[in-house]
Amino acid sequence: MIEQYLPAIAMILAGVGFGIVSVKAHEWLGPHRMTAQKLTTYESGMEPVSSAHERFSVKFYLVAMLFILFDIEIIFMYPWAVSFRALGNFALGAMLLFIVTLFVGYVYIVKKGALKWD
Amino acid sequence: MELIDVIVLVVKILIVLHIFLIGAAYVVLLERKVSAWIQDRVGPNRVGWRGSLQSFADVLKLVLKEDIVPGHANKFFHFLAPVISIAIAISVWAVIPFCSPFTVFGVEIQPTIAPNLNIGILLLLALSSLGVYGITLAGWASNNKYSLLGGLRSSAQMISYELSMGLSLIGMMLVMGSVNITTIVAQQGGYWFGWLPKWNIFVQPVGFLIFLVAAFAETNRAPFDLAEAEPELVGGFHTEYTGLKFGLFFLAEYGNVILMSALMTTLFFGGYHLPWVEDLPFFKDHTGLLALAQFGALFVKALFWIFFFVWVRWSIPRFRYDQLMNLGWRVMFPLALLNTVITAIVLAAMKSS
Repeated sequence: MIEQYLPAIAMILAGVGFGIVSVKAHEWLGPHRMTAQKLTTYESGMEPVSSAHERFSVKFYLVAMLFILFDIEIIFMYPWAVSFRALGNFALGAMLLFIVTLFVGYVYIVKKGALKWD
Repeated sequence: MELIDVIVLVVKILIVLHIFLIGAAYVVLLERKVSAWIQDRVGPNRVGWRGSLQSFADVLKLVLKEDIVPGHANKFFHFLAPVISIAIAISVWAVIPFCSPFTVFGVEIQPTIAPNLNIGILLLLALSSLGVYGITLAGWASNNKYSLLGGLRSSAQMISYELSMGLSLIGMMLVMGSVNITTIVAQQGGYWFGWLPKWNIFVQPVGFLIFLVAAFAETNRAPFDLAEAEPELVGGFHTEYTGLKFGLFFLAEYGNVILMSALMTTLFFGGYHLPWVEDLPFFKDHTGLLALAQFGALFVKALFWIFFFVWVRWSIPRFRYDQLMNLGWRVMFPLALLNTVITAIVLAAMKSS
Protein backbone atom coordinates (compact mmCIF):
# COMPACT_ATOMS: atom_id res chain seq x y z
CA MET A 1 0.00 0.00 0.00
CA ILE A 2 2.62 2.50 1.08
CA GLU A 3 4.93 1.28 -1.71
CA GLN A 4 3.09 3.25 -4.38
CA TYR A 5 3.67 6.48 -2.46
CA LEU A 6 7.41 5.99 -1.92
CA PRO A 7 8.53 7.21 -5.39
CA ALA A 8 6.41 10.35 -5.04
CA ILE A 9 7.90 11.03 -1.60
CA ALA A 10 11.39 10.48 -3.05
CA MET A 11 10.62 13.02 -5.78
CA ILE A 12 9.44 15.59 -3.19
CA LEU A 13 12.66 15.05 -1.22
CA ALA A 14 14.68 15.48 -4.42
CA GLY A 15 12.92 18.78 -5.07
CA VAL A 16 13.48 20.10 -1.53
CA GLY A 17 17.11 18.94 -1.65
CA PHE A 18 17.70 20.68 -4.98
CA GLY A 19 16.24 23.91 -3.59
CA ILE A 20 18.26 23.91 -0.37
CA VAL A 21 21.53 22.94 -2.08
CA SER A 22 21.24 25.61 -4.76
CA VAL A 23 20.32 28.40 -2.31
CA LYS A 24 23.15 27.42 0.05
CA ALA A 25 25.62 27.18 -2.85
CA HIS A 26 24.58 30.63 -3.99
CA GLU A 27 25.04 32.10 -0.48
CA TRP A 28 28.50 30.55 -0.38
CA LEU A 29 29.68 31.39 -3.93
CA GLY A 30 28.59 35.00 -4.16
CA PRO A 31 30.62 37.94 -2.81
CA HIS A 32 29.97 39.16 0.75
CA ARG A 33 30.32 42.94 0.91
CA MET A 34 27.44 44.16 3.03
CA THR A 35 26.82 47.87 3.52
CA ALA A 36 24.03 49.56 5.47
CA GLN A 37 22.48 50.81 2.22
CA LYS A 38 22.18 47.33 0.76
CA LEU A 39 20.29 46.16 3.83
CA THR A 40 17.52 48.77 3.61
CA THR A 41 14.15 47.87 2.14
CA TYR A 42 13.72 48.81 -1.53
CA GLU A 43 11.17 51.58 -1.97
CA SER A 44 11.97 53.12 -5.37
CA GLY A 45 14.83 55.20 -3.99
CA MET A 46 12.83 56.81 -1.17
CA GLU A 47 13.62 56.36 2.52
CA PRO A 48 11.40 53.44 3.65
CA VAL A 49 8.42 54.63 5.73
CA SER A 50 7.27 52.25 8.49
CA SER A 51 7.03 48.45 8.28
CA ALA A 52 5.14 46.62 5.54
CA HIS A 53 3.42 44.39 8.08
CA GLU A 54 0.35 46.54 8.42
CA ARG A 55 -3.36 46.07 7.90
CA PHE A 56 -4.44 45.14 4.40
CA SER A 57 -7.81 44.93 2.68
CA VAL A 58 -10.36 42.59 4.28
CA LYS A 59 -11.24 41.36 0.76
CA PHE A 60 -8.24 39.05 0.78
CA TYR A 61 -9.48 37.33 3.97
CA LEU A 62 -12.94 36.99 2.43
CA VAL A 63 -11.57 35.35 -0.71
CA ALA A 64 -9.48 32.97 1.40
CA MET A 65 -12.49 31.92 3.51
CA LEU A 66 -14.74 31.45 0.50
CA PHE A 67 -12.01 29.42 -1.19
CA ILE A 68 -11.82 27.02 1.76
CA LEU A 69 -15.62 26.55 1.77
CA PHE A 70 -15.92 25.90 -1.94
CA ASP A 71 -12.76 23.84 -2.22
CA ILE A 72 -14.05 21.41 0.41
CA GLU A 73 -17.35 21.12 -1.49
CA ILE A 74 -15.42 20.33 -4.66
CA ILE A 75 -13.36 17.67 -2.88
CA PHE A 76 -16.66 15.89 -2.09
CA MET A 77 -17.32 15.56 -5.80
CA TYR A 78 -14.07 13.72 -6.63
CA PRO A 79 -14.97 10.31 -5.12
CA TRP A 80 -18.43 10.56 -6.68
CA ALA A 81 -16.94 11.35 -10.09
CA VAL A 82 -14.51 8.41 -9.94
CA SER A 83 -17.16 5.82 -8.98
CA PHE A 84 -19.96 7.42 -11.00
CA ARG A 85 -20.65 4.31 -13.10
CA ALA A 86 -20.88 2.02 -10.08
CA LEU A 87 -23.11 4.31 -8.02
CA GLY A 88 -26.02 4.70 -10.43
CA ASN A 89 -28.84 7.21 -10.67
CA PHE A 90 -29.55 7.63 -6.95
CA ALA A 91 -26.05 9.07 -6.43
CA LEU A 92 -26.57 11.35 -9.44
CA GLY A 93 -29.78 12.72 -7.89
CA ALA A 94 -28.10 13.19 -4.51
CA MET A 95 -25.15 14.98 -6.09
CA LEU A 96 -27.45 17.22 -8.15
CA LEU A 97 -29.25 18.18 -4.91
CA PHE A 98 -25.86 18.92 -3.34
CA ILE A 99 -24.76 21.05 -6.32
CA VAL A 100 -28.04 22.99 -6.25
CA THR A 101 -27.54 23.72 -2.53
CA LEU A 102 -23.97 24.79 -3.25
CA PHE A 103 -25.17 27.02 -6.07
CA VAL A 104 -27.78 28.70 -3.81
CA GLY A 105 -24.98 29.53 -1.38
CA TYR A 106 -22.92 30.88 -4.27
CA VAL A 107 -25.79 33.12 -5.45
CA TYR A 108 -26.18 34.40 -1.86
CA ILE A 109 -22.48 35.35 -1.76
CA VAL A 110 -22.68 37.14 -5.10
CA LYS A 111 -25.85 39.04 -4.09
CA LYS A 112 -24.24 40.03 -0.76
CA GLY A 113 -21.43 41.63 -2.77
CA ALA A 114 -18.68 39.52 -1.20
CA LEU A 115 -17.00 39.13 -4.60
CA LYS A 116 -17.20 42.79 -5.56
CA TRP A 117 -13.80 44.44 -6.12
CA ASP A 118 -13.64 48.16 -6.65
CA MET B 1 11.56 -2.68 -2.71
CA GLU B 2 14.48 -4.51 -4.21
CA LEU B 3 17.83 -2.98 -5.09
CA ILE B 4 17.07 -2.87 -8.82
CA ASP B 5 13.87 -0.89 -8.12
CA VAL B 6 15.83 1.65 -6.08
CA ILE B 7 18.44 2.05 -8.84
CA VAL B 8 15.74 2.46 -11.51
CA LEU B 9 13.96 5.03 -9.32
CA VAL B 10 17.12 7.08 -8.74
CA VAL B 11 17.97 7.05 -12.46
CA LYS B 12 14.41 8.11 -13.34
CA ILE B 13 14.50 10.98 -10.83
CA LEU B 14 17.85 12.17 -12.21
CA ILE B 15 16.56 12.03 -15.80
CA VAL B 16 13.39 13.96 -14.92
CA LEU B 17 15.43 16.56 -13.00
CA HIS B 18 17.60 17.08 -16.07
CA ILE B 19 14.58 17.30 -18.36
CA PHE B 20 13.14 19.90 -15.97
CA LEU B 21 16.29 22.04 -15.73
CA ILE B 22 17.36 21.92 -19.37
CA GLY B 23 13.74 22.25 -20.50
CA ALA B 24 13.22 25.34 -18.35
CA ALA B 25 16.47 26.87 -19.64
CA TYR B 26 15.40 26.40 -23.25
CA VAL B 27 11.83 27.58 -22.60
CA VAL B 28 13.30 30.84 -21.26
CA LEU B 29 15.34 31.10 -24.47
CA LEU B 30 12.25 30.23 -26.54
CA GLU B 31 10.29 32.95 -24.80
CA ARG B 32 13.00 35.53 -25.48
CA LYS B 33 13.37 34.46 -29.11
CA VAL B 34 9.62 34.35 -29.78
CA SER B 35 9.04 37.70 -28.07
CA ALA B 36 11.85 39.17 -30.17
CA TRP B 37 10.24 37.70 -33.28
CA ILE B 38 6.80 39.10 -32.35
CA GLN B 39 8.27 42.54 -31.63
CA ASP B 40 10.51 42.48 -34.73
CA ARG B 41 13.80 42.37 -32.79
CA VAL B 42 16.73 39.95 -33.00
CA GLY B 43 16.75 38.56 -29.47
CA PRO B 44 19.73 36.97 -27.67
CA ASN B 45 22.34 35.95 -30.26
CA ARG B 46 25.80 36.26 -28.64
CA VAL B 47 26.32 33.24 -26.35
CA GLY B 48 26.72 30.04 -28.34
CA TRP B 49 25.22 29.37 -31.77
CA ARG B 50 22.45 32.02 -32.20
CA GLY B 51 22.24 32.49 -28.43
CA SER B 52 21.65 28.82 -27.69
CA LEU B 53 23.71 28.95 -24.47
CA GLN B 54 22.27 32.25 -23.23
CA SER B 55 20.26 30.71 -20.35
CA PHE B 56 23.29 28.85 -18.99
CA ALA B 57 25.32 32.06 -19.01
CA ASP B 58 22.48 33.76 -17.13
CA VAL B 59 22.40 31.03 -14.49
CA LEU B 60 26.17 31.30 -14.02
CA LYS B 61 25.82 35.05 -13.57
CA LEU B 62 22.99 34.64 -11.05
CA VAL B 63 24.96 32.11 -8.99
CA LEU B 64 27.93 34.47 -8.71
CA LYS B 65 25.84 37.47 -7.56
CA GLU B 66 25.80 38.65 -3.96
CA ASP B 67 23.02 37.26 -1.77
CA ILE B 68 21.28 40.23 -0.12
CA VAL B 69 18.74 39.65 2.66
CA PRO B 70 17.17 42.97 3.71
CA GLY B 71 17.70 43.88 7.35
CA HIS B 72 14.01 43.93 8.26
CA ALA B 73 13.16 40.69 6.47
CA ASN B 74 12.27 37.48 8.26
CA LYS B 75 15.47 35.53 7.50
CA PHE B 76 14.04 32.02 7.78
CA PHE B 77 10.96 32.53 5.60
CA HIS B 78 12.97 34.63 3.15
CA PHE B 79 15.17 31.54 2.71
CA LEU B 80 12.26 29.08 2.71
CA ALA B 81 10.07 30.74 0.04
CA PRO B 82 12.23 30.01 -3.07
CA VAL B 83 12.92 26.49 -1.78
CA ILE B 84 9.18 25.78 -1.52
CA SER B 85 8.54 27.18 -4.99
CA ILE B 86 11.20 25.10 -6.70
CA ALA B 87 10.46 21.94 -4.66
CA ILE B 88 6.80 22.05 -5.71
CA ALA B 89 7.67 22.75 -9.34
CA ILE B 90 9.97 19.70 -9.39
CA SER B 91 7.94 17.23 -7.35
CA VAL B 92 4.73 17.53 -9.40
CA TRP B 93 6.57 15.75 -12.23
CA ALA B 94 6.29 12.49 -10.28
CA VAL B 95 2.91 11.65 -11.83
CA ILE B 96 3.41 12.53 -15.52
CA PRO B 97 3.80 9.44 -17.77
CA PHE B 98 6.33 10.03 -20.56
CA CYS B 99 5.73 7.00 -22.81
CA SER B 100 4.32 3.47 -22.64
CA PRO B 101 6.27 0.82 -20.65
CA PHE B 102 9.32 -0.67 -22.38
CA THR B 103 12.07 -3.18 -21.64
CA VAL B 104 15.78 -2.42 -21.27
CA PHE B 105 18.33 -5.20 -20.47
CA GLY B 106 15.46 -7.44 -19.39
CA VAL B 107 14.11 -4.91 -16.88
CA GLU B 108 10.64 -3.56 -17.56
CA ILE B 109 10.64 0.20 -17.12
CA GLN B 110 7.54 2.19 -16.21
CA PRO B 111 8.35 5.64 -17.59
CA THR B 112 6.68 7.48 -14.69
CA ILE B 113 8.33 8.12 -11.35
CA ALA B 114 5.27 7.00 -9.39
CA PRO B 115 3.60 4.67 -11.91
CA ASN B 116 0.83 3.00 -9.91
CA LEU B 117 -0.17 5.98 -7.83
CA ASN B 118 -3.96 5.79 -7.88
CA ILE B 119 -4.38 9.30 -6.50
CA GLY B 120 -2.48 10.89 -9.43
CA ILE B 121 -4.56 14.01 -10.10
CA LEU B 122 -5.31 14.56 -6.40
CA LEU B 123 -1.58 14.56 -5.58
CA LEU B 124 -0.97 16.95 -8.45
CA LEU B 125 -3.67 19.41 -7.36
CA ALA B 126 -2.58 19.16 -3.72
CA LEU B 127 1.06 19.87 -4.53
CA SER B 128 0.34 22.70 -6.94
CA SER B 129 -1.89 24.41 -4.37
CA LEU B 130 1.10 24.36 -2.01
CA GLY B 131 2.80 26.59 -4.58
CA VAL B 132 0.77 29.49 -3.19
CA TYR B 133 2.84 29.26 0.01
CA GLY B 134 6.09 29.99 -1.80
CA ILE B 135 4.78 33.22 -3.33
CA THR B 136 2.83 34.43 -0.29
CA LEU B 137 5.73 33.75 2.07
CA ALA B 138 8.14 35.52 -0.28
CA GLY B 139 5.89 38.57 -0.27
CA TRP B 140 5.35 38.58 3.47
CA ALA B 141 8.89 37.75 4.59
CA SER B 142 10.52 40.48 2.48
CA ASN B 143 8.83 43.16 4.61
CA ASN B 144 8.51 45.35 1.54
CA LYS B 145 5.22 46.97 0.51
CA TYR B 146 5.55 46.03 -3.15
CA SER B 147 6.35 42.44 -2.26
CA LEU B 148 3.48 42.19 0.20
CA LEU B 149 0.97 43.53 -2.32
CA GLY B 150 2.29 41.21 -5.02
CA GLY B 151 2.14 38.22 -2.68
CA LEU B 152 -1.39 39.00 -1.51
CA ARG B 153 -2.71 39.59 -5.00
CA SER B 154 -1.13 36.45 -6.27
CA SER B 155 -2.41 34.25 -3.43
CA ALA B 156 -5.99 35.53 -3.87
CA GLN B 157 -5.71 34.99 -7.63
CA MET B 158 -4.24 31.50 -7.38
CA ILE B 159 -6.78 30.18 -4.88
CA SER B 160 -9.67 31.67 -6.88
CA TYR B 161 -8.63 29.95 -10.08
CA GLU B 162 -7.81 26.72 -8.29
CA LEU B 163 -11.53 26.23 -7.70
CA SER B 164 -12.26 26.37 -11.43
CA MET B 165 -9.25 24.18 -12.18
CA GLY B 166 -10.39 21.49 -9.74
CA LEU B 167 -13.96 21.66 -11.03
CA SER B 168 -13.00 21.58 -14.70
CA LEU B 169 -11.30 18.20 -14.21
CA ILE B 170 -14.38 16.57 -12.64
CA GLY B 171 -16.11 16.28 -16.02
CA MET B 172 -13.02 14.53 -17.37
CA MET B 173 -12.97 12.18 -14.35
CA LEU B 174 -16.64 11.34 -14.88
CA VAL B 175 -15.85 10.21 -18.43
CA MET B 176 -12.66 8.36 -17.49
CA GLY B 177 -13.77 6.95 -14.13
CA SER B 178 -10.29 7.29 -12.64
CA VAL B 179 -7.84 9.79 -11.17
CA ASN B 180 -4.81 7.66 -11.99
CA ILE B 181 -3.00 9.57 -14.75
CA THR B 182 -1.43 6.42 -16.24
CA THR B 183 -4.91 4.92 -16.63
CA ILE B 184 -6.30 8.14 -18.07
CA VAL B 185 -3.61 8.23 -20.75
CA ALA B 186 -4.00 4.52 -21.51
CA GLN B 187 -7.76 4.99 -22.01
CA GLN B 188 -7.14 7.71 -24.59
CA GLY B 189 -5.31 5.25 -26.86
CA GLY B 190 -8.34 3.92 -28.78
CA TYR B 191 -10.42 5.37 -31.62
CA TRP B 192 -14.03 6.43 -32.12
CA PHE B 193 -15.61 5.34 -35.41
CA GLY B 194 -12.33 3.59 -36.11
CA TRP B 195 -10.37 6.77 -36.93
CA LEU B 196 -10.96 9.65 -34.45
CA PRO B 197 -8.48 9.41 -31.52
CA LYS B 198 -10.23 8.99 -28.16
CA TRP B 199 -8.83 12.23 -26.79
CA ASN B 200 -10.68 13.95 -23.97
CA ILE B 201 -10.73 17.26 -25.83
CA PHE B 202 -13.50 15.88 -28.07
CA VAL B 203 -15.80 15.06 -25.14
CA GLN B 204 -14.77 17.84 -22.73
CA PRO B 205 -14.09 20.99 -24.79
CA VAL B 206 -15.57 23.34 -22.16
CA GLY B 207 -13.65 21.62 -19.38
CA PHE B 208 -10.45 22.04 -21.37
CA LEU B 209 -11.11 25.73 -22.02
CA ILE B 210 -11.65 26.38 -18.29
CA PHE B 211 -8.53 24.37 -17.47
CA LEU B 212 -6.52 26.38 -20.02
CA VAL B 213 -7.55 29.76 -18.56
CA ALA B 214 -7.00 28.50 -15.00
CA ALA B 215 -3.55 27.24 -16.02
CA PHE B 216 -2.58 30.75 -17.13
CA ALA B 217 -3.75 32.16 -13.79
CA GLU B 218 -2.08 29.42 -11.74
CA THR B 219 1.30 29.98 -13.35
CA ASN B 220 0.99 33.77 -12.89
CA ARG B 221 1.53 34.29 -16.60
CA ALA B 222 0.23 37.17 -18.70
CA PRO B 223 -2.58 38.18 -19.09
CA PHE B 224 -2.94 37.28 -15.39
CA ASP B 225 0.53 38.33 -14.15
CA LEU B 226 -0.85 40.77 -11.58
CA ALA B 227 1.58 39.42 -8.99
CA GLU B 228 4.53 40.99 -10.76
CA ALA B 229 2.86 43.80 -12.68
CA GLU B 230 6.10 45.70 -13.17
CA PRO B 231 4.71 49.23 -13.80
CA GLU B 232 2.92 49.26 -10.43
CA LEU B 233 4.72 46.77 -8.20
CA VAL B 234 8.37 46.88 -9.41
CA GLY B 235 8.86 43.10 -9.36
CA GLY B 236 6.02 42.00 -7.10
CA PHE B 237 6.79 39.22 -4.65
CA HIS B 238 10.43 38.84 -5.75
CA THR B 239 11.44 42.51 -5.45
CA GLU B 240 13.78 41.79 -2.53
CA TYR B 241 15.35 38.63 -3.97
CA THR B 242 18.78 38.62 -5.59
CA GLY B 243 20.90 36.15 -7.47
CA LEU B 244 19.93 32.51 -7.58
CA LYS B 245 17.08 32.96 -5.06
CA PHE B 246 15.37 35.09 -7.70
CA GLY B 247 16.54 32.56 -10.26
CA LEU B 248 14.72 29.77 -8.45
CA PHE B 249 11.41 31.68 -8.61
CA PHE B 250 12.06 32.26 -12.30
CA LEU B 251 12.90 28.60 -12.85
CA ALA B 252 9.78 27.52 -10.94
CA GLU B 253 7.60 29.78 -13.11
CA TYR B 254 8.94 28.31 -16.34
CA GLY B 255 8.89 24.82 -14.87
CA ASN B 256 5.21 25.33 -14.13
CA VAL B 257 4.61 26.48 -17.70
CA ILE B 258 6.16 23.25 -18.98
CA LEU B 259 4.20 21.23 -16.43
CA MET B 260 0.87 22.82 -17.37
CA SER B 261 1.60 22.22 -21.07
CA ALA B 262 2.49 18.59 -20.38
CA LEU B 263 -0.61 18.25 -18.22
CA MET B 264 -2.95 19.70 -20.84
CA THR B 265 -1.44 17.26 -23.34
CA THR B 266 -1.71 14.35 -20.92
CA LEU B 267 -5.26 14.94 -19.73
CA PHE B 268 -6.93 16.28 -22.87
CA PHE B 269 -4.77 15.53 -25.91
CA GLY B 270 -4.00 11.86 -25.52
CA GLY B 271 -0.71 12.26 -23.65
CA TYR B 272 2.12 10.34 -25.26
CA HIS B 273 -0.17 8.58 -27.76
CA LEU B 274 0.80 8.94 -31.40
CA PRO B 275 -2.47 8.19 -33.19
CA TRP B 276 -2.50 5.79 -36.17
CA VAL B 277 1.30 5.49 -36.29
CA GLU B 278 1.75 3.57 -33.03
CA ASP B 279 -0.53 0.75 -34.21
CA LEU B 280 1.87 -0.20 -37.02
CA PRO B 281 3.00 -3.84 -36.74
CA PHE B 282 6.64 -2.67 -36.75
CA PHE B 283 6.32 -1.24 -33.22
CA LYS B 284 4.99 -4.54 -31.80
CA ASP B 285 8.54 -5.97 -31.53
CA HIS B 286 10.41 -2.70 -30.97
CA THR B 287 9.01 -1.35 -27.67
CA GLY B 288 12.10 0.81 -27.15
CA LEU B 289 11.59 2.61 -30.47
CA LEU B 290 7.87 2.95 -29.73
CA ALA B 291 8.71 4.57 -26.37
CA LEU B 292 11.05 6.99 -28.11
CA ALA B 293 8.41 7.90 -30.73
CA GLN B 294 5.81 8.41 -28.01
CA PHE B 295 8.12 10.63 -26.00
CA GLY B 296 8.62 12.66 -29.17
CA ALA B 297 4.83 12.93 -29.60
CA LEU B 298 4.42 14.17 -26.01
CA PHE B 299 7.26 16.63 -26.56
CA VAL B 300 5.78 18.08 -29.75
CA LYS B 301 2.27 18.40 -28.31
CA ALA B 302 3.59 20.03 -25.12
CA LEU B 303 5.83 22.32 -27.18
CA PHE B 304 2.80 23.66 -28.99
CA TRP B 305 1.16 24.62 -25.68
CA ILE B 306 4.40 26.16 -24.39
CA PHE B 307 4.50 28.25 -27.56
CA PHE B 308 0.86 29.14 -26.95
CA PHE B 309 1.74 30.42 -23.45
CA VAL B 310 4.47 32.65 -24.91
CA TRP B 311 2.31 33.77 -27.81
CA VAL B 312 -0.51 34.88 -25.48
CA ARG B 313 1.89 36.70 -23.18
CA TRP B 314 3.20 38.93 -25.96
CA SER B 315 -0.18 39.51 -27.62
CA ILE B 316 -2.72 40.27 -24.88
CA PRO B 317 -2.62 43.16 -22.36
CA ARG B 318 -2.82 42.59 -18.61
CA PHE B 319 -6.19 42.28 -16.87
CA ARG B 320 -7.28 44.73 -14.17
CA TYR B 321 -7.57 43.12 -10.74
CA ASP B 322 -11.36 43.39 -10.44
CA GLN B 323 -11.76 41.99 -13.96
CA LEU B 324 -9.52 39.09 -13.00
CA MET B 325 -11.51 38.22 -9.86
CA ASN B 326 -14.82 38.66 -11.68
CA LEU B 327 -13.74 36.30 -14.43
CA GLY B 328 -12.59 33.73 -11.90
CA TRP B 329 -15.59 33.77 -9.60
CA ARG B 330 -18.52 34.88 -11.74
CA VAL B 331 -17.76 33.28 -15.11
CA MET B 332 -15.39 30.35 -14.70
CA PHE B 333 -16.83 28.89 -11.48
CA PRO B 334 -20.51 28.67 -12.60
CA LEU B 335 -19.41 27.50 -16.04
CA ALA B 336 -17.31 24.70 -14.55
CA LEU B 337 -20.20 23.68 -12.28
CA LEU B 338 -22.56 23.62 -15.27
CA ASN B 339 -20.06 21.55 -17.25
CA THR B 340 -19.95 18.99 -14.43
CA VAL B 341 -23.75 18.75 -14.18
CA ILE B 342 -24.29 18.43 -17.93
CA THR B 343 -21.56 15.81 -18.28
CA ALA B 344 -23.05 13.74 -15.45
CA ILE B 345 -26.60 13.92 -16.87
CA VAL B 346 -25.47 13.05 -20.41
CA LEU B 347 -23.43 10.11 -19.14
CA ALA B 348 -26.38 8.81 -17.08
CA ALA B 349 -28.72 9.17 -20.07
CA MET B 350 -26.26 7.30 -22.31
CA LYS B 351 -25.97 4.49 -19.78
CA SER B 352 -29.72 3.99 -19.37
CA SER B 353 -30.57 4.19 -23.08
